[in-house]
Amino acid sequence: MFGYYVKLAFKSIKKNPLLSFLMVFAIALGIGASMTTITVNYLMSANPIPDKSEQLFYVQVDSWDPHNAFNDESGDPPNQLTWTDANNLFDAQKAVKQVLMAKSGGIVVPEDKNINPFEVQIRLSTADFFPMFDTPFLFGSGWDMAVDSKLEQVVVLTKKINDKIFGGENSVGRNITLAGQNFKVVGVLDSWEPVPKFYDVNNGAFDEVEDVFVPFKLKETLELPSWGNVNCWKSPDSEGFKAFLRSECINFQMWVQLDNQEQQSDYLMFLDNYVSEQKSLGRFPRPMNNKVSDVMTWMENQQVVEDDAKMMMWMSFMFLIVCLLNTVGLLLAKFIGKSSEIGLRRAIGASKGQVFQQHIIESATIGLLGGIAGLLLALLGLKGIESLYGDFVKNLISLDFTMAATGLLIALLSSVLAGLYPTWRACNIQPATQLKSQ
Amino acid sequence: MLELGPIFRALLRNKIGAILIAVQIAFTMAIIVNAVFIIYDRSQQTKRPSGIDEANTFFISSSGFGDDFDIKGTITQDLEAIRALPGVIDAIQINAIPISGSGSSMGLQTKPGAEHDGTGVAVYMVDEHGIKALDLELIAGENFAKSDIRWRGPAGSKWPAKVIVTEAMAKRLFPDLSYSEAVGKTVYINDVEPMIITGIIDKLQAPWVGWDNLDNAMLSPEKMEFQSTRYLIRTVPGMRDQLMKTVEELLAENKSRVVDGMRSIDYVRERSYRGNTAMIKILTTVIVTLTIVTSLGIVGLASFSVNRRKKQIGIRRALGATKADILSYFMVENFLISASGVVLGAVLTVALNMLLVSALSIPPLDWFYILAGMLVLCLVGQAAVFGPAKKATEIAPATATRTV
Repeated sequence: MFGYYVKLAFKSIKKNPLLSFLMVFAIALGIGASMTTITVNYLMSANPIPDKSEQLFYVQVDSWDPHNAFNDESGDPPNQLTWTDANNLFDAQKAVKQVLMAKSGGIVVPEDKNINPFEVQIRLSTADFFPMFDTPFLFGSGWDMAVDSKLEQVVVLTKKINDKIFGGENSVGRNITLAGQNFKVVGVLDSWEPVPKFYDVNNGAFDEVEDVFVPFKLKETLELPSWGNVNCWKSPDSEGFKAFLRSECINFQMWVQLDNQEQQSDYLMFLDNYVSEQKSLGRFPRPMNNKVSDVMTWMENQQVVEDDAKMMMWMSFMFLIVCLLNTVGLLLAKFIGKSSEIGLRRAIGASKGQVFQQHIIESATIGLLGGIAGLLLALLGLKGIESLYGDFVKNLISLDFTMAATGLLIALLSSVLAGLYPTWRACNIQPATQLKSQ
Repeated sequence: MLELGPIFRALLRNKIGAILIAVQIAFTMAIIVNAVFIIYDRSQQTKRPSGIDEANTFFISSSGFGDDFDIKGTITQDLEAIRALPGVIDAIQINAIPISGSGSSMGLQTKPGAEHDGTGVAVYMVDEHGIKALDLELIAGENFAKSDIRWRGPAGSKWPAKVIVTEAMAKRLFPDLSYSEAVGKTVYINDVEPMIITGIIDKLQAPWVGWDNLDNAMLSPEKMEFQSTRYLIRTVPGMRDQLMKTVEELLAENKSRVVDGMRSIDYVRERSYRGNTAMIKILTTVIVTLTIVTSLGIVGLASFSVNRRKKQIGIRRALGATKADILSYFMVENFLISASGVVLGAVLTVALNMLLVSALSIPPLDWFYILAGMLVLCLVGQAAVFGPAKKATEIAPATATRTV
């Protein structure tokens, strides 16, 4: 019977092409708009590291101004650490794994004279960056903790930079000149684009991964510049690079891996003890306010999903509602227009249930057609978003299988829902009155 | 309007169709009115002038490398060479570009001490050519003298003795004084370091277009001894693109540095406000498609209702109703539906706006948007129903006689 009803549905759709087109068009627009905005929101709020997001924690301690909270509204502690605190917390090694990092930059002078010197973004990090964030390696590997403490000049390149300098060859063991210094290549990353770029959302949550990775503590010895967000509540005590590092300026980030509840509470206790100790040295003038947040909590706290994206999603849902109301109206018109046909079917023996099935299937067919067209429109919509926003959204506009399936499901469900009332009306058509008027 | 009674009673007999249209109109109105309001708000934001000569200004970065790179010498030479180019009005070294999205800010306060709150201000480090290169108007006080300009070291943290602030900043610092009275006053940076206001400029925006204190800016008389630096160049009208090439080539002659990041201010503006421009385009598309969908829905349902009432219309015509009577019947019917729709729509519009205001940074709606929205949606309804209504008037009175 199902096949037969589908056939009838297509017949009925063809019989009234304009009305059917209007319905499919309305559903397609609604689904297209919703899917476009849902996709952008879905990717913005995606879990960038699902296997570990509950074990990785961002560390915050309140080293801020005694007279002003870092964030007046939320009362949250500063979103980055000072050089002093970052190093002290790291050197204590109280978590399973921990990583310090910061953004910097420098000039690369390739040996090959045919390639002009160029500027790169540097991610300063400690050894555990690579195992903690599961970075894929094309060649070689990261460095170990001994390298960090011995201040060895090693570098991990991203695929893009390796392609540029070494033409994509295995460059492990070779040297590059970076920031005027000689660095030995120990590893080359494979393509890695976490969305959002969760490990440092202060400096552009959807930016590309930096070009090269260099041991964190080299910042001090090589006096590498501070890129990214620098925030100070008081100025360094004196001039110079060393004074900046000793100051209350924040530019550094720390992540720790804590595998269970107990480790979490132990770590918080450790932070409290550390701050108490610093208070006795005259720092940390504010009340105790330390925090560790896991990946998704941190993304939410940092409001990674753009307000505009949320607004567009809400509006597109309302848009979908209008399109569905539209479909309800048109289906109603259509089914009531078919009254005499329904009356005839009822008179020759179709039960109410069968008429119901037939019309629900017709609604669902229209919904599916609308859904498919809607997905195409969503692809178009995402292209449109890309052309409007440019590079910024490069990572936010791919429509994956889950999203496509979700779109079709929404189309199907909503069209069935839209078809319920018109179908119910169709079932209640009295065969006798319809036949009489023939 | 004698027909109102019968029209209304007829509507009650076919409630669902009418309700569907009314609700659809209500939702459409809620979206459209909020969208129009957001479009207006965003386009106003996008139009705010930065205070500089946007059409004729560009900037370029220079990053020296190697230990023997002579920073001070290079900067001095570069500026001399660029300023000497025909078509260049002026050029400066600067730490940040207005409305570009990155720069640095400090707090200024009128009393020394950490216990007093400062007012956030964007910092532009410029030399005595700053005012000309940025096309600022000095409305009080005087410009920096060449002797005021000092070199700031790579991690320097101390501040010079003089400062020029924007009119907006002067008013924030000294709300009780006129801006010209602020000249000569001492303000404190870093809680305790004094700076004397020596001049007031008319307008200069901060680098961050979303910042609440966008019009708060200060000029600090200094050059920067940084390996990586930036020049801002203002040209005579029409010469910008040509000079961009010339300046890039000129700087690139020095092989111990990397020259890049050359952009015009036009580009920066487009880039900084891209989110707004995109939002405006998206919302415009939404408004247009939504209006089409809703009108088509009205056309569909109205045609259906005309078809269903063919016989009644024929009878009415046979009994003496004119074409105009039939037309006005459907128009009035639609007006009743639309009117109730826009009343509900007004409520929904306010609700959606309240949601947007509370959850996102959208300002509350002005009331006249709602009135205008109600009017427009009623007109859309009337326009949509006109086609089917016109068709209804074509129904011949003879139809009444065909079936019983």
